[in-house]
Amino acid sequence: MTHPSVTGAATATEPIRLLDAEGSLVESDANAPWHELAAQLSTDDRLAMHGEMVRTRRFDVEAGHLQRQGKLGLWVPSIGQEGGQVGAAWAAREQDTIFPSYREHLIALHRGVAMDQIIDTFRGARHGGWDPLETRGMRIYSLVIATHALHSTGYAMGIRLDGACATGDAQRDEAVMAFYGDGAASQGDASEGLVFATSYEAPIVFFVQNNKWAISVPSTRQSRSPLHERARGFGLDAAWIDGNDPLASFAVTRRMLDAARQGAPGYIEADTYRMGAHTTSDDPTRYRTRDEEESWRRRDPIARLAAHLREQGVAEAALAEQEQEAADLASDLRRRTLEAGTAASDDIFDHVYSEPHPLMTEQKRRLAEFEASFGGDA
Amino acid sequence: MQEFRLPDPGEGLTEAEIVSWRVKPGDTVHVNDVLLEVETAKSLVELPSPFEGTVEALLVEEGQTVEVGSPIIRVTSGERHAVETTVDTADTVERDEDGGAVLVGYGVRGGAETRRRKPRTVQSVPAPTGPARPASVPAASAHPVVAKPPTRKLAKDLGVDLAALAGTGLAGEVTRDDVVAAAEQVKVFRNLTAPEWSGGREERIPVKGVRKVIAQGMVDSAFTAPHVSVFTDVDATRTMEFVKRLKASSDFADVKVSPLLIMAKAILWAIRRNPQVNSTFTGDELVVHHYVNLGIAAATPRGLLVPNVKDAQEMSLLELATALQQLTATAREGRTQPADMQHGTFTITNIGVFGMDTGTPILNPGETGIIALGTIRQKPWVVDGEVRPRWVTTVGGSFDHRAIDGDVISRFVADVASILEEPALLLD
Repeated sequence: MTHPSVTGAATATEPIRLLDAEGSLVESDANAPWHELAAQLSTDDRLAMHGEMVRTRRFDVEAGHLQRQGKLGLWVPSIGQEGGQVGAAWAAREQDTIFPSYREHLIALHRGVAMDQIIDTFRGARHGGWDPLETRGMRIYSLVIATHALHSTGYAMGIRLDGACATGDAQRDEAVMAFYGDGAASQGDASEGLVFATSYEAPIVFFVQNNKWAISVPSTRQSRSPLHERARGFGLDAAWIDGNDPLASFAVTRRMLDAARQGAPGYIEADTYRMGAHTTSDDPTRYRTRDEEESWRRRDPIARLAAHLREQGVAEAALAEQEQEAADLASDLRRRTLEAGTAASDDIFDHVYSEPHPLMTEQKRRLAEFEASFGGDA
Repeated sequence: MQEFRLPDPGEGLTEAEIVSWRVKPGDTVHVNDVLLEVETAKSLVELPSPFEGTVEALLVEEGQTVEVGSPIIRVTSGERHAVETTVDTADTVERDEDGGAVLVGYGVRGGAETRRRKPRTVQSVPAPTGPARPASVPAASAHPVVAKPPTRKLAKDLGVDLAALAGTGLAGEVTRDDVVAAAEQVKVFRNLTAPEWSGGREERIPVKGVRKVIAQGMVDSAFTAPHVSVFTDVDATRTMEFVKRLKASSDFADVKVSPLLIMAKAILWAIRRNPQVNSTFTGDELVVHHYVNLGIAAATPRGLLVPNVKDAQEMSLLELATALQQLTATAREGRTQPADMQHGTFTITNIGVFGMDTGTPILNPGETGIIALGTIRQKPWVVDGEVRPRWVTTVGGSFDHRAIDGDVISRFVADVASILEEPALLLD
């Protein structure tokens, strides 16, 4: 069975864009249905979206500093990619499940993951520690590239087997969203996920942030044809959006997720840019130019939404207040991170089985013995 | 008082080089102000301050390589209210009482605060005992050094420690001659220390990164292309005079002029006369390039790199000098891009800078020729039946014998040599 395209797009020359780089609305016949969807977001909603982006960026910057000060083992910045993320976060419904890679800080915070929980992962204090039941379906970060394309597809297939989708009720039907990037799209797991998603009509949307660089390899080399066109080859309905436009991201994701929950899996290629390094272990000056970075700085998603809000009559003070609040949150986070203790090394054994297990008890005893061999005073 | 220990700015790195300090003792710093720039095996990064306060002392010098976990700067805490000068309006006073122990486990070695402990059964390896670095700040002395400001400047430029000199001037003044003599002395006796081996009978250095790439490239080249090497001695006195005149000319005031530049130009000229040396042997055909991407083998902190000057055949002498200067500066800064090293067609290796007369270089993979420029020094040379001191060098090179034969190779090297002998031939 084939599904009609919900985007109506064949081969596009431009991504779907409702808000241009200057923050002005882009009106056209093709955009009219998308604007209609975006109208679900009130000015207050849009201001709240801006707040989430500002908080995420400030959090991101602080975490980067903490890594450089030896407090985190690694940091993965998402600076520049907040626009696509905030639209997708607002488009997901309460009952949806999200499978992130490791750069989806805004989505995680939106679903209720605490900043400290993300920090703990990169501090090495927890192995990706949060409980998806407590974080509104936000699963843990997947550090192995593209493995979760399979996990998320399998989870979506499970939803279908449970009969928890495709009843025609968007308020209750469940769907899944998987986030990965242009580099992960080259992995075999990513392609396999697309095959199974279409074959089993799984309720899933793959949200692919094409941030142009898979560490040092440009996406133009890994993807000779556009990623969204590749997805169409797999039989998915696919859209190409301006990934720095929160409104386009919201409208397209909302529609594709709602189509997915009726059994038509989708794929969104969000055209964006990683402004920072791949991780704190990477030095982008070795492989890309300042001019390129500068051209994307002018398309910054936060500045874009802020300009739109000003146009909508939002007071400058409201925006400034969000900046201040973000700075305070970052400062508090810094204090808590410096105060945070080291997790007990035998903690991990408690999370393998739900009940006491003789093998785990034995391993826990052995670890304690080994640690005692160092001497208590050293 | 708080000390900032060098964190691991990458994953599992153990040391970093201090590139530059952005603060000095007495400066006020806020949390997250940039303190310094360090370079690791992976990248150049800025380290932001974890503290608020006044810089009391920089504990390591620029250029020094420091182990992760070593204290690098000491900051005296500011007044408690000073914390409010950060962007924070909430109560977020940071009191890092433990002196800033690095929280994460990577790499911290030694030191009382280290969180990793070694099992009792393992003997700790003593740190290598290299020669102590001379202190840049002399210990307080009863007799202050007497020297004029220009002499002090000269001493600083030449890296001479004024306090260590016995001045020969009036009242023990250190003179310009004293400084120059000390600098000369240092040159003669430089690098004579033979440090002890560090502990253990073997040291195992993992082969990875640039080293691994170099190794693979050398094997690929040495075992696929049968190398043939030729050498010729040449009187380069006119080249030295030409270099001297160029240096004096105002057009070349802003660029570095060296015999390497004349060598590069000589090679470009000789390639036009013997195009086959500038080619790639594919097995089925010989691809002769009608452009020259001239590679310069450069010893860099990351290892041997061969960036090339693209389309060097189209450049004037000045353009070529500028391009060479940029290329070497970029390589030394560790900022050479992969694209700078691709698609080379011919390479020069300047082993003369290391004092070597000549050598048998290995071809850069995919290329057919490489020329080694040896050191240029005064030697006895026979001119018109008389022995005279002349500036003599040896031009050597290796070539892929699959691609070209001895006649072409010899003509090419002779052409290069003839330019070094008489650079005016370039005017043809």
